Amino acid sequence: MDTHVAAVPLDLAAIRADFPILSERIRGKPFTFLDSGASAQKPRQVIGAMVRMMETAYANVHRGAYRMSEQATEAYEAARGAVARFLNAGDEREIVFTKSSTEAINLVAHSYGRGVMKPGQAVVISEMEHHANLVPWQMLRDAHGIELRVCRVTDAGELDLDDLAAKLRDGRVGLVAITHMSNVLGTVTPAERIASMAHEAGAKVLFDGSQAAVHRHVDVQALDADFYCFTGHKLYGPTGIGVLYAKAELLNAMPPFLGGGDMISEVTFERSVWAPIPAKFEAGTPPIVEAIGLHAAIDYVTAIGMNAIEVHERALVDRAMAKLPRIEGLTLLGRAQDRGGVFAFALDTAHAHDVATLLDRAGIAVRSGRHCAEPLHARFNVESTCRASFGLYTTPEEVDLLAEALTQAREFFR
Amino acid sequence: MSNDLFGDLRDLYQDVILDHGRKPRNFRRLDDATLTARGDNPMCGDRMELFLKTAPDGAIQDAAFQGRGCAIAMASASLMTETVKGKTPAQAKEMGEKFRALAMTGTCPDCGAEIADDMERLAPLSGVHEFPSRVKCATLAWHTLNAALDGAKEASSE
Repeated sequence: MDTHVAAVPLDLAAIRADFPILSERIRGKPFTFLDSGASAQKPRQVIGAMVRMMETAYANVHRGAYRMSEQATEAYEAARGAVARFLNAGDEREIVFTKSSTEAINLVAHSYGRGVMKPGQAVVISEMEHHANLVPWQMLRDAHGIELRVCRVTDAGELDLDDLAAKLRDGRVGLVAITHMSNVLGTVTPAERIASMAHEAGAKVLFDGSQAAVHRHVDVQALDADFYCFTGHKLYGPTGIGVLYAKAELLNAMPPFLGGGDMISEVTFERSVWAPIPAKFEAGTPPIVEAIGLHAAIDYVTAIGMNAIEVHERALVDRAMAKLPRIEGLTLLGRAQDRGGVFAFALDTAHAHDVATLLDRAGIAVRSGRHCAEPLHARFNVESTCRASFGLYTTPEEVDLLAEALTQAREFFR
Repeated sequence: MSNDLFGDLRDLYQDVILDHGRKPRNFRRLDDATLTARGDNPMCGDRMELFLKTAPDGAIQDAAFQGRGCAIAMASASLMTETVKGKTPAQAKEMGEKFRALAMTGTCPDCGAEIADDMERLAPLSGVHEFPSRVKCATLAWHTLNAALDGAKEASSE
């Protein structure tokens, strides 16, 4: 990462003007959107690119011998190139489009888990995984005789690296699948360290980058990730498109996930020959318009600069860490040293839903519940939490408003 | 209960709800319960266990609950246990249906005079109809009641 570039403050007013929805009002109050971790809002640049494609350049891809289809194919493949550059993948063929991060992880659990791993091997996940990086491995365990090991998280909300080393020690682990940033604790995990520990133990490593890729520059080669996935809709792009990065040698060794059109090079009634990667993993008509939207989203954040976004969000995190823990009766989950703009908390006087409803009255949107991480809530012994999560358009004033509203909400329910 | 930041909160958080939410009535185990069921809204983290003591003819002699959840879920369960005591299973189920209508629409046009007093007791919860994501908090207790009366062990309003 280029850390020498001086931090130029983001032009927040200009950025916010790019997001039409941010000028909506909730019961007459400004819309304070603090739920980007669930799904981010979309800038005009993304909306426009998708509309323009449908109005002027749309046809199915990889099929037509006519100009419009060729154009659509070029645009779709250009999106793949943009993703490859965004993650610094060595080869565009290492980028597989899926419909979500969830599907990307399921693809690996199916094609690598059942196709390459052998019964008796183990997968290591952690206590802070989203259900998307837990349930597919439980399914693999039950279907294929793979042991599932869960690496502990410390009370501070960091990955317990000693426990990871212990879980890797017997050499039976085939894959370590860990989040790059927790969607509840905000913890950014030491991905390079995890990758090297996994590799020393003879295991491959998958990072769930659904949160991380939005907030920081990700370089899959520097991390030496074998698999890395993220999703479009959290990166200010559309829903319906996710990305799996995987090293070409792994994709080549893996059987397909879904069968159908576009993933074969030759089909008879007796047999089929798989297409080369990445087409082998993209059966059926892909999310074409969504890929164009994701390309626009990547261009958008890249133009602002991932480093600038990280610096901006770090200031928001510092502000939140200075304010939220001071609120009487507020319990914050996780105090990791390296963290991003995701804060899950509970108030002593009120249930998370009551807090969320009150915040909504102030125009503030937060998530409440267990955020698809039920075992993690059990680990920290809390029934449910509210979660505020920041995006590149979040302002310091919104962080202040959240703190003020929480203070008043606690009073209200006393 | 007006507040600059939150506006008027009486539509949802009436005093009676806050009171029952903080100090739920009949919040205990019934060791001599004849029917029990668990209610769970797994996405939110509302969970409760309902205890009913029924007479040989089926009438509900006592009702109590334990659990954790938001103010709406706790208040609704508390008010429900007060309301169903002395009711036959059929009466209790009918009341549950009327309550669900009340929670979803804010009104209960079919509520006749014979249950008017009981419905008035539940009326403070009618404000949830303006908060679609919170309706299930209010109805969990009644789903759990149905499960208990039907001999099922678990209920969810999600």
